[in-house]
Amino acid sequence: MNGRRYLEIRNDSTPVDTTGIPVLDYSLFREEVTAMLNRDDCHCLNYFCHPVGAGLRFICCIADDSSGLIRIFSHEKGDDDSALQSLTPSCSAMHIFEREIHERHGVRFEGHPWLKPVRYPSYRADKLSVMNNYPFYTMAGEALHEVGVGPVHAGVIEPGHFRFTCNGEEVLHLEIQLGYQHRGVESLFTETGDGLRRVLLSESIAGDTAVGHGLAHAQLVESLAGFNPPGSLQVERCIALELERIAVHIGDTAALCTDVAYQLGQVACEALRTMVINTTQFWCGNRFGKGLIRPGGSNYPLTEEITVEILRVLEEVERRFGNIVSCIYTLPSVLGRFEETGTLTRQQALAVGAVGMAARTCGIPRDTRATHPFQYYRQTVINPVLQERGDVMSRGMLRAMEVNESVNIIRGLTGEWSKMKKETERPRYELGFRPGSLAVSVVEGWRGEICHVAVTGINGRLVHYRIKDPSLHNWMALALAVRNQEISDFPVCNKSFNLSYCGNDL
Amino acid sequence: MTGFILIVIAALFFPGIILRTKSIASGRKGPGLFQPLKDIAVLLRKGSVFSISTGLIFRIAPSVALISVAGAMLLLPFSEHKAILHFEGDFIMFAYLLALGKFFMIIAALDTGSSFEGMGASREALYSMLVEPAFFILLATFAMFSSYTSFSVIFNHFYITGNDYVFIYSIIGAYLFVQIAMVENSRLPVDDPKTHLELTMVHEVIILDYSGFDKALIHMATNLKFALYGSLIYNLLVPAGWNTLLKIGAFFGVQTLFAVIIGITESFRARNKMNKNPKFILTLTTIALIAFMVILILTEKLV
Repeated sequence: MNGRRYLEIRNDSTPVDTTGIPVLDYSLFREEVTAMLNRDDCHCLNYFCHPVGAGLRFICCIADDSSGLIRIFSHEKGDDDSALQSLTPSCSAMHIFEREIHERHGVRFEGHPWLKPVRYPSYRADKLSVMNNYPFYTMAGEALHEVGVGPVHAGVIEPGHFRFTCNGEEVLHLEIQLGYQHRGVESLFTETGDGLRRVLLSESIAGDTAVGHGLAHAQLVESLAGFNPPGSLQVERCIALELERIAVHIGDTAALCTDVAYQLGQVACEALRTMVINTTQFWCGNRFGKGLIRPGGSNYPLTEEITVEILRVLEEVERRFGNIVSCIYTLPSVLGRFEETGTLTRQQALAVGAVGMAARTCGIPRDTRATHPFQYYRQTVINPVLQERGDVMSRGMLRAMEVNESVNIIRGLTGEWSKMKKETERPRYELGFRPGSLAVSVVEGWRGEICHVAVTGINGRLVHYRIKDPSLHNWMALALAVRNQEISDFPVCNKSFNLSYCGNDL
Repeated sequence: MTGFILIVIAALFFPGIILRTKSIASGRKGPGLFQPLKDIAVLLRKGSVFSISTGLIFRIAPSVALISVAGAMLLLPFSEHKAILHFEGDFIMFAYLLALGKFFMIIAALDTGSSFEGMGASREALYSMLVEPAFFILLATFAMFSSYTSFSVIFNHFYITGNDYVFIYSIIGAYLFVQIAMVENSRLPVDDPKTHLELTMVHEVIILDYSGFDKALIHMATNLKFALYGSLIYNLLVPAGWNTLLKIGAFFGVQTLFAVIIGITESFRARNKMNKNPKFILTLTTIALIAFMVILILTEKLV
């Protein structure tokens, strides 16, 4: 295709020179990106801008699932106050990225229907934009009432405000306002020169995805340093990622049962989740896999003893989870709660740019392990698990099926691993980065696609670091899924998506 | 008097048995039988905190709820031992005393001005309203059956009417009383007492703003109400002619069984979808109605 309009890279390949990315005129950029995003097999990985001189440089990474390529588009804008024609009216999935850019840099997007704050970072352009004056969408009517939930919630969870507009028990509209945490994660990455500190930061982006984000970061750093991880290390990382997926999926199944008051399913799944996370602890000393993923090597190389333990536990977990799942998803009272509750249509999922589980439950095969393989997945056959109906039931079933799939993947991987030469070395935190480059790293965490992007300056230091958790898109999917549902079904819908607050509040 | 004392004793261990059953069903050891009582004791020693948006109604509601349940207990007999208060049509008094307590809890919830509590109040009011016909039709059936309208006499004459179908009526009555008690006490499948999610709560959300002493009163009222229904069921199932010791044993047996049934129900099923609840409750009315029609035919009041 036209090589002058964009650059093509693969996930986890060599970084590109920032000067080599063709800079398009905005109208051409808009045309190209719109055309690309209107294809079902393409979605935006990240769209952001960073200051270059006095102006701003915009980078848009679009993943093409059919060819496994990531296309990088770019345009620039001077420091004038001119507005840009918004992309959102033609491809609504871009809304969140434009909101982010607007919030951070004050760029005006003309025609954006929903230009609201995303996360209130300390470096936001408009300091007057604060929580208290968030512009909620309102509806007026005799029979309507509003219910505000949060930011302090009954369970010990993170802060977030949910504003429902209801007609009696029926939800007409839900608006989710996040941004209570102001962590400044992205700027911490560029402020520190310490490699270890960055790794620890990456593991803390979202506590439930320590391995996923840790891997995305390690992969990115290695890519910038031109380090190619040995096969045994790649396999170890994939096993860790799958263990995390199994543990969280089983934990979520327990939580789904809790929300519909099905005690048996809850306690059985909770016990199984503990078995899985304890196995991760047996491996690396931390139940959530913190400390396991490091750039350049590992502090906890896999051993024969650990693989035997993992396989033994998974054998039992698979059998017991199979039993309880067949109990849960055949019980009439549970089916009554799950089926046709919180339905997200395929159209809606595409429109909000849903990724990961949320997309796969609507029949969209977005699984970067298969489409943009990384680490040892490049040598592994991955069949994305799909569900078609997009309701709570589908999201529950998807989890059950993915657990089985992950157990099989781990069995295959340990088989490969035992035949391999063990070349895993100690971690390397002082890797030097290629100067003037842009690198993209995509990982399929349990929740969905995690994308880290880094830009280095001419001295090889990180000048820009962008993190995209799958929750960023998927929160909107949740808001759409609860429309015309009973408000009492919101908790179970919310749990079925299980999105991250801190993954959004970077 | 015997009935009143026995209900109080049964209420002491009732919540503990439910909790223990659920614990055992989920593979846990569970807390001691009297843990819920100890929790109440702790609450009783604490002060209450009131929101500045609440008024007098909010403060008196828990006391009214407890007193109304205690009042209803005065009307229940224990086999041939008549109730402290008994008169013709006392079961209507019984139903509306319980309703009075509930009414106060509902308006107290509205008094807080919270949108959660408003939703909970509306749900609670709806379900109470729907379950009322089931209760009255069932009681009317028993009144027809025994030709009396006072609890004390109905239950006394229940087994000496000589009617061959008495056993069937006892079973249907016991089943309906169990279900009505589940609805009235906001348990599964209508409500989930364990949830922490305000949006799905019915009863829990309307008592959300209560703390300390007032909360203890509410818990006490709930426990007594359970034992109250347990006592109704006992009176239906056990003939008045038995030996007193045996009857006291049977009373606690019925209460325990009732608590275990609740515990097991709550362990092995999920809560109803909110909009299925009215249908579920109306089913109870339907069963009561069928029983009523049959008794009309049997007593030849309906040709």
